[in-house]
Amino acid sequence: MSRDPRPGAGDGPRAPATSPLLDVASLDARYGLLHAVRGVSLALGEGDKLALVGANGAGKTTLLRAIAGAHPASGGSVRFAGADVTALPAHRRVALGIALVPEGRRLFPDMTVLENLLVAGRRARPGPWTVDAVLDAFPLLRPLRDRRAAALSGGEQQATAIARALMTNPRLLLLDEVSLGLAPVAVDAVYASLTRLIATGTTVILVEQDLGRAMRIADRVVCLLEGSIVLDGPAASLTRERVTEAYFGLRSAAAPPVAP
Amino acid sequence: MTWVNAVVQGVLLGAVYALFACGLSLMVGVMRIINLAHGDIAVIGAYLVWVIAERAHVSPFLALIAALPVMLVVGHFLYIALISRSLRGGPLVPLLTTFGLAIVIQNALQQLFSPDVRSLGAAAGAITTASWRVTGALAISWFGILILVVAVLVLGGLELFLRRTGLGRELRATAQDPDAARLVGIDARAVYARATAIAVATAALAGAFLAIRSTFEPASGPTQLLYAFEAVVIGGFGSLWGTLLGGIVLGVAQTLGARIDPQYSILAGHLVFLAVLASPRGRSLAARSTWT
Repeated sequence: MSRDPRPGAGDGPRAPATSPLLDVASLDARYGLLHAVRGVSLALGEGDKLALVGANGAGKTTLLRAIAGAHPASGGSVRFAGADVTALPAHRRVALGIALVPEGRRLFPDMTVLENLLVAGRRARPGPWTVDAVLDAFPLLRPLRDRRAAALSGGEQQATAIARALMTNPRLLLLDEVSLGLAPVAVDAVYASLTRLIATGTTVILVEQDLGRAMRIADRVVCLLEGSIVLDGPAASLTRERVTEAYFGLRSAAAPPVAP
Repeated sequence: MTWVNAVVQGVLLGAVYALFACGLSLMVGVMRIINLAHGDIAVIGAYLVWVIAERAHVSPFLALIAALPVMLVVGHFLYIALISRSLRGGPLVPLLTTFGLAIVIQNALQQLFSPDVRSLGAAAGAITTASWRVTGALAISWFGILILVVAVLVLGGLELFLRRTGLGRELRATAQDPDAARLVGIDARAVYARATAIAVATAALAGAFLAIRSTFEPASGPTQLLYAFEAVVIGGFGSLWGTLLGGIVLGVAQTLGARIDPQYSILAGHLVFLAVLASPRGRSLAARSTWT
């Protein structure tokens, strides 16, 4: 297995028996009194594109943050590239190749776009993503390099947030609510860049409210309901109705888990 | 001419305040941590320089060069052992722990060195008394100029460090959004420990200069802390150039106040500080500190 997945590395057929890149086993996470993630198990191979859907409060953000190390797990384990990372703090997981684009973008507001990128690149794993490479992937950012992040539009901020995560040269990119609070035209622009990026073979977990978009991009859909997985299957074989039913918990819609 | 003299002496005095305020500005303005023991740590620096100079029979300037690396280590461990632990209890807990630390330092210094007032001025040699007489009523001390140059270099250098270096960017990023900083791979504890080390070393530098310029004793810290706070607020949070300017404004206010009547010296400084706090910018500072 290549330690350093360059764009294109995931295009070929995957060896079926290799250990998964990400292996989440019976993960529990609490948010105050709320048991936000309940016994979630999930495995993801190199190059997989997973859409994580579910209603507000279903535990999607907490699950992503627990995988990234920004939220403590109260039970279960997270293994990444064969190593148990459950006890590692977030910054150590970034060094291993997990990058989270957090909900609400969370740029450093008083720093320029370029500084936001540079600060993420400082302790990056070696890899293809440099300032120039991410500016090529998000051409709209090139003229905005020296603008303060707080002075950007929502779409520009989201592009910067994704670009900043790429600067760490992730093997696994976690995207939380990329389109939240953006104008439709800005969502289209961000998704245009994102679709190209994802097509290069980056391993992605995407949280997205827009089911149509999520199912177009992903090759696998996982639906969370009250912290547990109620549906897990290949995007191609699932209908919108099936996902919607699981989303609202209308009936037990658990499909047999699909091996990644 | 005496007014000109008051302004010139005020600028030189302000450079001392700015040097004291430098580390405080870094911690309050950038890291959002208030270290109430900052003045007492500066006094520790002064005693350390005094001990090295006495024992090794060297000039206080050489002793200072030896003391700075020690103080960097002290700052690093201050963060790891005390501040980072108390930060877990919320932003107000470091205020209490550093207040306690200030009392511990003052009493420990009194126990070790007695409450005697000391000065490094005599040991520093001719530079402390040499001056350049411009006219009959205006003389500029060489040592005053030296402090001003060091203050400009240290504060300007730190400003450049924050803007231009990787560690400086990591420090600003962590201050602006610690959660997002962790998510781009920044080890906030290590970054803050290094920044605290720098802050403590600059405090020691200021303490040593104070000891050479005038006198020090175990209880000198709180007064210096007060002036440093005023300089930071007058100059505005988060800008070290602003802190340099704030220190100079404070120094000039004090010498001009003293020109009117010696008892107005300190009061004039406090009045400028209060005027800045009451101004629209002061109110915006207060508003900023609630949302960050």
